[in-house]
Amino acid sequence: MAAGGLFGVAVGVPVIGFALSPVFKRAKPSWQTVGKITDFNDRTFVAKEITIEKGVGLAGKSTVYIRKSNPKIDPPGGMEYIAVSTRCTHMGCPVSYVQGSERFVCPCHGGVYDLLGQRVGGPPVRPLDRFNTQVVGDMLQVGDRFSLNSHFQRFSPRDPGAPLNGLWEYVYPRRFTTPSIHQ
Amino acid sequence: MSTPETTQTGRGSGGGVLKDEGSDSLERLGPSGQVLKVAGDQAVGAVGWLEERVGISPVVRGALYRKVPKGINWFYTLGSATMFAFLIQAITGVFLAMFYEPSPTRAYESVQYINNEVFLGQFVHGMHRWGSSVMVILVFVHMARTFFFGSYKYPRELNWLTGVVLLVLTLAMALTGYLLPFDQRSFWATTVAVNINGTGPFVGPYLADFLRAGAEISATTITRFYAIHMLLVPGAIAALIGIHLHLVMKLGISAPPWLKAKMPRQVVEEEVDGA
Repeated sequence: MAAGGLFGVAVGVPVIGFALSPVFKRAKPSWQTVGKITDFNDRTFVAKEITIEKGVGLAGKSTVYIRKSNPKIDPPGGMEYIAVSTRCTHMGCPVSYVQGSERFVCPCHGGVYDLLGQRVGGPPVRPLDRFNTQVVGDMLQVGDRFSLNSHFQRFSPRDPGAPLNGLWEYVYPRRFTTPSIHQ
Repeated sequence: MSTPETTQTGRGSGGGVLKDEGSDSLERLGPSGQVLKVAGDQAVGAVGWLEERVGISPVVRGALYRKVPKGINWFYTLGSATMFAFLIQAITGVFLAMFYEPSPTRAYESVQYINNEVFLGQFVHGMHRWGSSVMVILVFVHMARTFFFGSYKYPRELNWLTGVVLLVLTLAMALTGYLLPFDQRSFWATTVAVNINGTGPFVGPYLADFLRAGAEISATTITRFYAIHMLLVPGAIAALIGIHLHLVMKLGISAPPWLKAKMPRQVVEEEVDGA
């Protein structure tokens, strides 16, 4: 019986480890260039294509909406360039920016976000995620994703459907697979 | 084969001797002197050859000639129908697996190849995809029949429990299979489904990472779903169907609830006296 248990452990641990290992794999921070800083303005969003997952072709690409920060509407202390993710924070459908109404609209369940990515309608639970941005020379680079609560405090990225106000950040804890926001 | 005192009257071959010499009855004696009543018991032809060596005939006879209760109706066929749908899925799935490539860059094109180039590929693919809807519907209707007929009651509780696990496994098959064609609908439906899983408190984020094999849908997501869809869950379903059917044959089919079995009068009187 001891031999059976030993064999069970010898087979089981590697096998379970195989299945669970992706949950614990640490992600490395990465940056990608999206264009010249003169491509972007502070009145409206410009769409650019980025790669959020390498090695899977088109399935790993996503759109990011970028604008310069506007002191009239953005809270102070934010980044110079704001890159808003198109991942709806309700269930993950891709949102698109509607120029005329200055809103992001999600086609799945009718989530609506404003120029800051703040939710103004529909079922989403927190503002749209953003990406880190940095200026290198005269090129703008987009980095890793981070999530916001409704007071625009930054958190490491959460999945859609997870609110982040108050104690919610402990109900939906940060994961190993996403880079820390403190770099 | 023992040779009795009486001589054979030379009637046919491959069986025992005649029970009554010179009689016209077809009763024969088998190897150990037992009377052979059914034709299958006698070693006639290829089936008889097989039967003498395998000996499965009593099991098959027991399964096919089971007693069924009065009042049995078409609703009782739903379980077999579900299993038939599962078998169709397994067979069409095997043939699809001969052409499908579970890689994010090749999956969609391999499915296009199946649909456009392979002989009857679109038909087999269609059977598999509509068959999955058929199976899910039948599973629910079968479950409803079992519930409303009270067939989950003693001694059939384990039947119900294995059935519930089979329901969950069937839905897991539907979920994992949905990603495999890797078109727009597959990708976004899986994104949404995994994110819904992620909304579970405390373990949600890790569960979502476990399903997706990472923070985003990637190459390992497809291979993970493929392994679960092809190997893990069908194996579990097959094993559980075996247990489920064994229990059905052992415990018998339950009668419809509108038929009450009458207790014999004598038994009722004895119970009252003994109380």
